[in-house]
Amino acid sequence: MPVPVKTDSSMQVEDDAKSPEVMLAFYRRLFPYKPFYLWLNQEQAPTRLFTHREFAFTLGESTYVRYNSFNNAEEFKKEILRANPTRFEIGPVYNARPRDRKTMQASALRPEKRELVFDIDMTDYDEIRTCCSGGNICVRCWGYIAAAVKVLNHSLREHFGFQHLLWVYSGRRGIHCWISDKAALDLTDDQRKAITNFLEVVKGGKEQLKKVHVRGSNDNGDLHPALTDALNDVKDVFVKTVLQDQDCFREERGWDTLLALIPDKDVVDSLRKRWQNSDSSSKTKWKELLIAREKLSDQHLRYTKIVKAIEDIILQYTYPRIDAEVSKRRNHLLKSPFVIHPGTGRVCVPVEPSQVDDFDPAGVPTVGQLLRELDQTHAESLEDDVKMDDEETKDDKSSRRSEPDYNRTSLRPYVELFEKHIAAVMRDAREAKRAANSHSMDF
Amino acid sequence: MFKATSRTAPPPAPYAETSRPGSSRRRSSDGGHRNLKYPYRLNFYTSPPALDITLEEFETFAIARLKVLSAIHSLQERSLPPAQFRELISTQIKTHLPLSSNTARNVDVDEERRGDEIGHWILRLAFCRSPDLRDKFIRTELELFKQRFDSDDQHERSQFLKSLNFDWTVVDDTEKRVYEKQLKACMPWSAQRDGQFASESWVKVPWYTVPDLVGPRKVFVKGGNAYVPQSYQISLVLQAFRSNLERALELTAKSLPRMDEDDRLMPILAHLAQSFLSNVSIESNFFGDADDDPNSTRITADMIDALAVKHFPACQYNLWNRLKRDHHLKHFARLQFGLFLKALGLPLEEALVYWRRGFSQLTDDKFQKEYKYNIRHSYGQEGKRMNYPAKRFGCQQILTSNQPGAQDSHGCPYRHFAPETLQTFLSQHYSISTGSPEMREVMDQVKKQHYHLACTRVFEITHPKDVKKGEGLGEGVSVSHPNEYFNKSWGYEKGISKPKTEPMSDDMHLD
Repeated sequence: MPVPVKTDSSMQVEDDAKSPEVMLAFYRRLFPYKPFYLWLNQEQAPTRLFTHREFAFTLGESTYVRYNSFNNAEEFKKEILRANPTRFEIGPVYNARPRDRKTMQASALRPEKRELVFDIDMTDYDEIRTCCSGGNICVRCWGYIAAAVKVLNHSLREHFGFQHLLWVYSGRRGIHCWISDKAALDLTDDQRKAITNFLEVVKGGKEQLKKVHVRGSNDNGDLHPALTDALNDVKDVFVKTVLQDQDCFREERGWDTLLALIPDKDVVDSLRKRWQNSDSSSKTKWKELLIAREKLSDQHLRYTKIVKAIEDIILQYTYPRIDAEVSKRRNHLLKSPFVIHPGTGRVCVPVEPSQVDDFDPAGVPTVGQLLRELDQTHAESLEDDVKMDDEETKDDKSSRRSEPDYNRTSLRPYVELFEKHIAAVMRDAREAKRAANSHSMDF
Repeated sequence: MFKATSRTAPPPAPYAETSRPGSSRRRSSDGGHRNLKYPYRLNFYTSPPALDITLEEFETFAIARLKVLSAIHSLQERSLPPAQFRELISTQIKTHLPLSSNTARNVDVDEERRGDEIGHWILRLAFCRSPDLRDKFIRTELELFKQRFDSDDQHERSQFLKSLNFDWTVVDDTEKRVYEKQLKACMPWSAQRDGQFASESWVKVPWYTVPDLVGPRKVFVKGGNAYVPQSYQISLVLQAFRSNLERALELTAKSLPRMDEDDRLMPILAHLAQSFLSNVSIESNFFGDADDDPNSTRITADMIDALAVKHFPACQYNLWNRLKRDHHLKHFARLQFGLFLKALGLPLEEALVYWRRGFSQLTDDKFQKEYKYNIRHSYGQEGKRMNYPAKRFGCQQILTSNQPGAQDSHGCPYRHFAPETLQTFLSQHYSISTGSPEMREVMDQVKKQHYHLACTRVFEITHPKDVKKGEGLGEGVSVSHPNEYFNKSWGYEKGISKPKTEPMSDDMHLD
């Protein structure tokens, strides 16, 4: 395939994540193998969590090689450098080494463990974002993702008791969550389905206007306490993102949908008349809706109905829209952290959930940028070397060299975040192991 | 199964005068007035029965249970309304695996429970071998347990639960008050919440032990625990039953090869497993070959064409059709069709007439020499004079043995036809139009490899006056033998209501 000549001068050849040379340089110098291995393996010596794990490589544009598995981190690195995949995905831990599957009976290879994963993708928000659509993403629509991360993070920790959540930017328009708790690894598909259903509040396709049905068959029951919780969390987001930033109800398409979700005909009619020829902001419209609601406060039935409907609307616009299929089964493959998104060239970096509001997807380093940074610091250090050659002992130099290359680039803070997460995971794994050992010693 | 035995005839009940007739509540604890070997009707099957049984018992108990499990499985596949589903299952259970409560009179409760227990353990042996079988077994056993749990006497049930010693953490009053609002929001009957809150109690379990409650947000979840109210306890029990069974089956599978077995049991086990996998309810006498007298109705060669159009299931219709068109059928097709006709009640002389007409292009001589023997043989008049029971050619055999080759026309159309061919066939001969929702339902079942359910659905579609969807051949039974299909269908035409046709099919399959 001929490579199109880039006319944009700022775009250098090596920026292109599709170029094998760039990818190879990235894998050779930047990919954090050691932390990556420890994250999956949860201790230093190789365990089944690594050796029986499936890795799926995408080679070139569309060749997909599944069931790779490796004995240790070195073997993994060697194969990555040999195959030079454009991206790779992480699968489950099987009952045997996936690469041996041809020596086994068909269907004897069964997934046993797997991190619990969640995937939120901006495309599911297309109908409620006014700034971009499809594969694009900007700081403004990131507001939805930020809200989703906060709600999900809270629910997974507080309600389900998980501790080791790693949030990873998917490289373009979404975010992944990897949960490494032992309890999460051990979940069966049925259990994964259950938690996914629990968290899947916004459901239904394009043709369905009301997408939140969480109150039983007539939409008139009480909210589940977890959703009441969530509702409190997202009220601010609703005002800030939906009403102000996205201004979802300014255009007719927007407020028309809003009215369709109100079950009270009188209220709908009067609001429609009012809004038909006005260009009022979403905030104004929302206020008018709330006033209309309060007017009904002396009519118990109508009032509770509209109160519930309004709560449902807030949920519909702000509750995380997770891609449920990803989470339901152990054998679903999910793109690994720290690989390069082939479309954008950005690295899939970990995100700190408490700072997710300030995260700017456009600020995530691209592979080209990182390699340039390396070249620069390399040049500098060469100069340094020349200058300081006399004074410096050899030891100092080699210790500086042994430091991984990514520490000299803007990838560093992300790897540090990753390492902090891993340290906690490993500490827990160690304690669990010790507890198990001391237990067995009781006998 | 309802045997009034003299061995443990119930002693005169001490409360006989005071208790109202029909009231099932009894104040004795643990069914104490009766010295039972099995004090509870429900069984968690945690330890295998240590006793001697006869081979015959081994078979009967296993088959009785297998019938119920197969029925449950095919009902589960049919997405019926819950009430109908429950009703159909409970009829099946009552027929084959009745279990009476401690209060039942004139029933040897211990004997029933012994049979239940033995049946379960034998099927464990049979179904532990592959993940598929295990999965199916667990799903159906779970449903069976659930049905029984639901129908159990409240008092006996709570005694039973107590005996299991679950280590559930009960939510204490302090915690109950802290989460009062949240717990109330998750109570099932919102109207009476406030009244019931005080009396309701909750247990705390890791959320993943009750996925069926967590998924639809039926329980309050906090800190990794699900707060399960008394009223949902069934979920906990089922979950425990399930994980117990899962673990046990895997263990059994691992130790099965080491079992020191002579070849008395293995063939039975293999046979049971195979019939469960092929989705066909088992034919009861694997050993026995009770000669059935196929003469309840006199059928003549002349009647066959008319009967075929109206009442033949697809497999036989196809053979009849082929014979008409090609004036010939190959060996296995002759066998399949011949035994079917025999079971219709077509006597030997009429069969000879029919086949002679069918093979119209043969010379008399050739027919006499090559085919007549064959037909007489199948009626037990030649060779070793074995009267082949027609029941041997049920769906299971048609589906799994003697796969048809390129020139053959025997087999099961739902399984052995290409989907397009099957659609054309059904629309031509069973007037189910291509593209109709009915056709889609049938083809869905075919795709899922539930061939007998596809056939059952066709039966339902073609008898709209007599059968509702889901009823199958009556009471939710699905087709497991072409003659059953025919008998039901013809029975409806003759205006015979269910009870009258039952003995015929009973006679053939249900013992």
